[in-house]
Amino acid sequence: MDSPAVALTDLVKRYGRTVAIDGLTLSAGRGAVTAILGPNGAGKTSTVEICEGFRKADGGTVRVLGLDPIRQATELKPRVGVMLQSGGVPPAVRAGEWLRLVSRFHAHPLDPGALLERLGLAEHARTPYRRLSGGQQQRLSLAAAVVGRPELVFLDEPTAGLDPQARHACWEVVHELRARGVSTVLTTHHMDEAEKLADKVVIIDRGTVVAQGTPRSLTGAERQLRFRARPGLDLDELLTALPTGSAAKESPSGHYVIEGHVGPELLGTVTAWCAAEGVTADDLSVERRTLEDVFLELTGRELR
Amino acid sequence: MTAALDFTPAPGAAPLPRMVLAQAGAEVRAVLRNGEQLLLTLIIPILVLVGFSAAPLLEVPGRRIDFVAPGVLALAIMSTAFTGQAIGTGFERRYGVLKRLGATPLSRSGLMLAKTFAVITVEVLQIAVIAAVALAMGWHPQGDPLWAAALILAGTAAFSGLALLMAGTLRAEATLAAANLVYLVLLGLGGVVVPVTTFPHAIRVIVELLPITALTGGLRSVLAHGSGLPVRDLLVLLAWAAVTLGVASRTFRWE
Repeated sequence: MDSPAVALTDLVKRYGRTVAIDGLTLSAGRGAVTAILGPNGAGKTSTVEICEGFRKADGGTVRVLGLDPIRQATELKPRVGVMLQSGGVPPAVRAGEWLRLVSRFHAHPLDPGALLERLGLAEHARTPYRRLSGGQQQRLSLAAAVVGRPELVFLDEPTAGLDPQARHACWEVVHELRARGVSTVLTTHHMDEAEKLADKVVIIDRGTVVAQGTPRSLTGAERQLRFRARPGLDLDELLTALPTGSAAKESPSGHYVIEGHVGPELLGTVTAWCAAEGVTADDLSVERRTLEDVFLELTGRELR
Repeated sequence: MTAALDFTPAPGAAPLPRMVLAQAGAEVRAVLRNGEQLLLTLIIPILVLVGFSAAPLLEVPGRRIDFVAPGVLALAIMSTAFTGQAIGTGFERRYGVLKRLGATPLSRSGLMLAKTFAVITVEVLQIAVIAAVALAMGWHPQGDPLWAAALILAGTAAFSGLALLMAGTLRAEATLAAANLVYLVLLGLGGVVVPVTTFPHAIRVIVELLPITALTGGLRSVLAHGSGLPVRDLLVLLAWAAVTLGVASRTFRWE
């Protein structure tokens, strides 16, 4: 039987006296897309870099494709593609030369020219890396991660700083990797990215897993009623009119969210209450909870 | 038109020689394309060769060109193996290139092998150009080229060790400054154009233990005087190589 693409058990990583990863356990399935979400400093990059063999764990076990990323590095490296969060390419090297170089480290690489074309970089093949735009640099790094036809790719914030077209091009590559049976582990800040791409989402905060599951299981079947109105409505009074188990909050100011059994009855109660208060409810909508709601609930709203 | 690409996994490392050649080729191209690097490795040595051979700036023993040419060859070796390599590797570390290469099937020993090939390739090109200019200026090299090659290889190892020691521990900017400073100081002190015999005895004793002095002294005794293998100079170079490469392999930080 195949071992998981990544299996981490009770992982611990310290930098001096700071505990970056604190007993983290997660697994990423073969052939699936696993997204690691978390606020800045949550331990996402540390986790990924331990899997890539760049850092040594201080505790716990790490298995990537069933192997130890440091002790069995020689066996593992040809099978894994890596996209660093930034850099990793000499500024003066031309895009096409860099991809060709990385391809020559592999036994059965993809055609570098075709891959450049696929990622919209063909006309920049002779452009030095430092003269590529941020998005082009990201796409070149993505190309270098997949050119060796790996079984597993690690993408550390692959779409950070990309424009919408480039993000979609990146997503398409991830979809296609998945269709071909490649396992993908990616970190991201973008909730929509995780919702669209991932089979499994792992939310980490302060170095530990706070929630994991499919995007659907995390957001739940629960729906919300949202509307805009003047700030400072008396929500406690509204709640007395609503069925028990409902919740209401104003966040940010002037934006209201009602959670609970959102049906025609509740909708009627809210609009009637607003009318009685002499308030117009704008942009009234009924939605499923988004991953962003779940994320903010779990990791808090304060800036870090 | 989007070309067909098949992402189906087919992992595997290329054979080591192919990986090493690919990386060495990339490094040689990077050096030849870098203007500052060419200034250091080729233009300055040739200016020194032509300038000090043509103009009677210094009192030297024997024919001027026969004295200056071996010193300039040593300078060229130092510029590539030490200065160029220290700066190049320092910035590779800073830009995360060493880290990224560490994620490919190319092993660290493979990378070191590639760097060695690249340095030697550039040195061969330097020696060819400098020798051609010197011969055109009437240089009459003596001695066994094999002894000269042995000295150059030992010197390359010593200077590479120093370069990696610096690049693997200092910040890239500090490496840039320090490598240029050391280059200038060694150019002045190491007998490249100023004979060490003109220094006071106390300084000379120290200066003769420097790798650049051993390389210029050794090359000069072979190429200008036709002596056999200069064992003392070779041992000085090998000692530097052993110490610097040994310490560098323990202290080198890849990130």
